[in-house]
Amino acid sequence: MPSAAETLRRTPLHDRHQAAGARLVPFAGWEMPVQYEGVRQEHMAVREEAGVFDVSHMGQVETRGPGAEAFLQRLLSNDVTKLAEGGAQYSLLCREDGGVIDDLFTYRLPGDGPRFLTVTNASNHERDYAWLAEHAAGFDVEVVDAADRYAMLAVQGPRARAAVERIAGGELPARMRTASVAIAGIDCLGCGTGYTGEDGVEILAPPERAGEIWDALLAEGVVPVGLGARDTLRLEACFHLYGNDLSLDRNPIEAGLAWACKLDTDFIGADALRDLEPAQLLVPFAFTGPGIPRQGNPVSTAHGDGTVTSGSLSPCLEIGIGMAYLPAAAATPGAPIEVDVRGKRREAAVRGKPLYKS
Amino acid sequence: MAADYPEDLKYHAEHDWARIDGDVAVFGVTWYAQDALGEVVFYDPPAVGSTVSKDGAYAEVESVKAVSDVFAPLSGEILEVNEALSDNPEKINDDPYGDGWLVKVKLSDLSEIDQLLDVAAYRDLLS
Repeated sequence: MPSAAETLRRTPLHDRHQAAGARLVPFAGWEMPVQYEGVRQEHMAVREEAGVFDVSHMGQVETRGPGAEAFLQRLLSNDVTKLAEGGAQYSLLCREDGGVIDDLFTYRLPGDGPRFLTVTNASNHERDYAWLAEHAAGFDVEVVDAADRYAMLAVQGPRARAAVERIAGGELPARMRTASVAIAGIDCLGCGTGYTGEDGVEILAPPERAGEIWDALLAEGVVPVGLGARDTLRLEACFHLYGNDLSLDRNPIEAGLAWACKLDTDFIGADALRDLEPAQLLVPFAFTGPGIPRQGNPVSTAHGDGTVTSGSLSPCLEIGIGMAYLPAAAATPGAPIEVDVRGKRREAAVRGKPLYKS
Repeated sequence: MAADYPEDLKYHAEHDWARIDGDVAVFGVTWYAQDALGEVVFYDPPAVGSTVSKDGAYAEVESVKAVSDVFAPLSGEILEVNEALSDNPEKINDDPYGDGWLVKVKLSDLSEIDQLLDVAAYRDLLS
């Protein structure tokens, strides 16, 4: 029988990870770096300086043609007509019942004709593409699986933009914008987005040349950061992780993502979300004493029980933090809760978003 | 820090060690265990006076990403826990056989010692 490692996909930066001493682990069918020097150290590098993540496992779907905007308006939860050329927008992909298929960033690409690029989570890419493709009937649109076309590097941190600027051939896109830009002499798509709560640039690059960009970034003092720190950074910033905080069994309203759902656009799932008063809400929380919450830990509140969906130690706050679905009446910042961590009851309090603001 | 397995310790296959002195032993985790876990950020010790059973989980160490049970290489009663680890759990990484010790135990069955591995057998297990 082949070992797991033989069946895992590798990104174009695999040799760079090995050279940087990465600890490689299976993640969503890929062999990915979970850490290099250590999660805490890498986390702090992104908060204080600049780090680069290989996120080439993430997928892309390109949607183009005269009906592309109308199509995405029907499929995505946000108002795609508000997405200007060169803009970026967060949205959900929902089923008819409002269950979340994925959470996504969509960019309206500059150039001739309507063209959109949607970035998918690695674990959901094939399902997302299939869902989009099967709903394209009736729209004058071409839906293309573009995952093999791009390697993706996320450069994040207060010094990230300056580091990328030094190797860029032109101006970088502002926050929540996208633009074609040469980086290390290679034609790329630059995006002013990220998943850490820090400023930064995400770079979509031709896979065969991604290694050159990686090398150029490291030469500028940017440090490699693994998926371990990616998770702690996004959790401090209270960004959702699909599979933890979002799933087919949860809708965007209970997940606190009503802001990304424009019900009057009549996207698939909108009808189920109208006038919805969710029994539970996803909220951030922080421990007030020792311990580290973990996914699946039961929660007790004054108004009933809930469940932790993400939990970790916060390297910046140095306390246990997490997100949990709680009874709506208990989902108020400041409310005391108790988290059962493998049989030990740990004191915590509901917090506002974000848990850590840089 | 390079892998290190002192000669004077007895080892348990779950990557724990015991430093035995008569009917008292100090327990800890091996270099391999701390390396596999990564930087330890939380150690939850057992209560002094509680009993531990050979091969049973008696404590937890956590890195940012993961929780790992710590298994007792021998049975006995907890005499002392390493209080310094509550503030500095990373000592488990920095000095797993010294300042990173976990508990001191009054052994209840000295015959169990024969079931532990010596350093050569433990190294064989790792290779």
